Amino acid sequence: MSTENKSEYLVEVKHLKQYFPVRTGFMKTIPLKAVDDVSFAIKPGETLGLVGESGCGKTTVGRTLMHLYKPTAGEIYFEGRQVTDKNIGEFRRDMQMVFQDPYSSLDPRMTVEDIIGEPLDVHKLYSSKEERREKVMELMNLVGLNAEHATRYVHEFSGGQRQRIGIARALAVNPKFIVCDEPVSALDVSIQAQVINMFEELQEKLGVAYLFIAHDLLVVHHISDRIAVMYLGRMVEMADADELNENPIHPYTLSLLSAVPVPDPKTARASQRIILEGDVPSPLNMPSGCAFRTRCRYATDKCAKECPALTDRGNGHMVACWNR
Amino acid sequence: MAVLEQILKNGEQPLLKVIDLHTSFTTDNGEVQAVNGLSFNLNPGTTLGIVGESGSGKSVTAYSIMRILEANGHVTAGKILFEGEDISTYSEKQMAEFRGNKISIIFQDPMTSLNPVYTVGNQIMEAITLHQQISKEEAKAEAIEMLKQVGINDAERRFRQYPHELSGGMRQRVMIAMALVSKPSILIADEPTTALDVTIQAQILELMQSLQKKYHMAIIIVTHDLGVIAQMADEIVVMYGGRICERGTADDIFYNPCHEYTKGLLKSIPNVDNMKEKLVPIEGSPINLLNLPKGCAFCARCAKAMKICLEQVPPELRMPDGHLASCWMNVKNGNYVTEEEVNA
Repeated sequence: MSTENKSEYLVEVKHLKQYFPVRTGFMKTIPLKAVDDVSFAIKPGETLGLVGESGCGKTTVGRTLMHLYKPTAGEIYFEGRQVTDKNIGEFRRDMQMVFQDPYSSLDPRMTVEDIIGEPLDVHKLYSSKEERREKVMELMNLVGLNAEHATRYVHEFSGGQRQRIGIARALAVNPKFIVCDEPVSALDVSIQAQVINMFEELQEKLGVAYLFIAHDLLVVHHISDRIAVMYLGRMVEMADADELNENPIHPYTLSLLSAVPVPDPKTARASQRIILEGDVPSPLNMPSGCAFRTRCRYATDKCAKECPALTDRGNGHMVACWNR
Repeated sequence: MAVLEQILKNGEQPLLKVIDLHTSFTTDNGEVQAVNGLSFNLNPGTTLGIVGESGSGKSVTAYSIMRILEANGHVTAGKILFEGEDISTYSEKQMAEFRGNKISIIFQDPMTSLNPVYTVGNQIMEAITLHQQISKEEAKAEAIEMLKQVGINDAERRFRQYPHELSGGMRQRVMIAMALVSKPSILIADEPTTALDVTIQAQILELMQSLQKKYHMAIIIVTHDLGVIAQMADEIVVMYGGRICERGTADDIFYNPCHEYTKGLLKSIPNVDNMKEKLVPIEGSPINLLNLPKGCAFCARCAKAMKICLEQVPPELRMPDGHLASCWMNVKNGNYVTEEEVNA
């Protein structure tokens, strides 16, 4: 596999694993497989949506990708260069993150100017105080905040405005790639649309690529070029956004999509939903073989024995299922 | 529309009638008007959806009906008629008898609404013995039967378990079982699936619908999720800043919104038929309830706001399709019918 060559992908993740040790008794730990053999790639300026239910490992993928956790196994490449925990510092300028909760991810004792300016300080991106101020103002303008907001503290802002501050902070170092971890989940519907539009406009303007992690499938479908679906630490399906929604193949994706309440009463009345039985199994006690088989209508003996790999079903529509 | 008209014509008594409800909270920063002149009707066996964003007063409405507001909150005006009787005049003792018996409520977070130190069975039995004079054995049998009714497998074992041993979806099922032991005629569900994953949400919504048919109960579902509302509600009340914007059947609200806020809300969610269509957000920030405008609550964020919107609260007018909306734009455009026209 050529690693040092220029690749067409901005970010490549290969066989990423993230296990967390969980104590089960005295001197005894077992691994919790939060992310198990996940591979994907993102092109420059592209948005990959990552969806799944709570506990499926989607946030862990984002965080491990940023080396906020040390990966248990697997490789991460940025512009063809491997990212390791030794050289991650060199990549921090190009890879940034926006968090879900704009209430806890911003320091309440810093002014907005200092929050947005901090990455500039860290990477020494200005030569004078005036230049720093100018850059902060430019960023605030970019995300739709007024200049007079600069001296205020975070508690004076609403959720949507806080998320704008978080995004301005991420954009300060002019990144090529941003991991957006549930960036609109905490926001009201009308504010959500403002922030989603801003993400889209920034992408058009700056050409930045996103890994957009969310559980709201309608929002993800709207914003993403491609979508990856995760279940219990594994990726079960990945395809173009429209293809995935029109032609889902994996039984989990099928039921996930049919469970989404559509904001249209006539469609809602007409639709036949596939209701999944039971709950997601504990990641500490995973079913053998395919993790979804305990809730799957199509499950056979083979599913219990062997875990299916992602295979291409044409046009890059990747599915991990034995029976479909 | 059909339902509304029918009610209008034969003057049938709705199951629950809320008239001009005002609820406010006394805080250090002043009086917060959380609900400001809300009226709606609920008919037997139907589902009413109350939709709005945070701070719109939708949950406070539910709590006002149940009279379970925080200590600093109080209903300052309005009537709450249940089967024609004003329950807002009930004494605390009468209310305790009424609550959970005729109207039950389930909450967003089933973990915080269940007691962690008692078994699930114990808590359901408590709800049963509170309203019925029956022996412990009978109560236990009934509790287990109720757990089965809400789709819990292995009900005998679950009966002995503590809330932390159950998953989120299972806990919400337990809450529903507890709420329904007295076969109430109204179930109020305050964001019942917001904390749940989408596949579990589908299970719970399906369960609520099937139990509704079985017991012929009315449901008030309070949510911010337009998808959930579209799926569940027969009629919808749209709230903003403690005031009612619009009320009518689900189809009226979704296909013929007549309030600028409802229109904006529907445009800010992705269009199912054309996913790549750009969203049209509502500009501005959420409303500050301490500083409510004199006129329409939405005027500060409304693109079409006129002078009168800032000064006077818009009247609730009947739209040609029969639903009610409170927006000055309808007055300006003459897009309403008078009560005489309705009667004729």
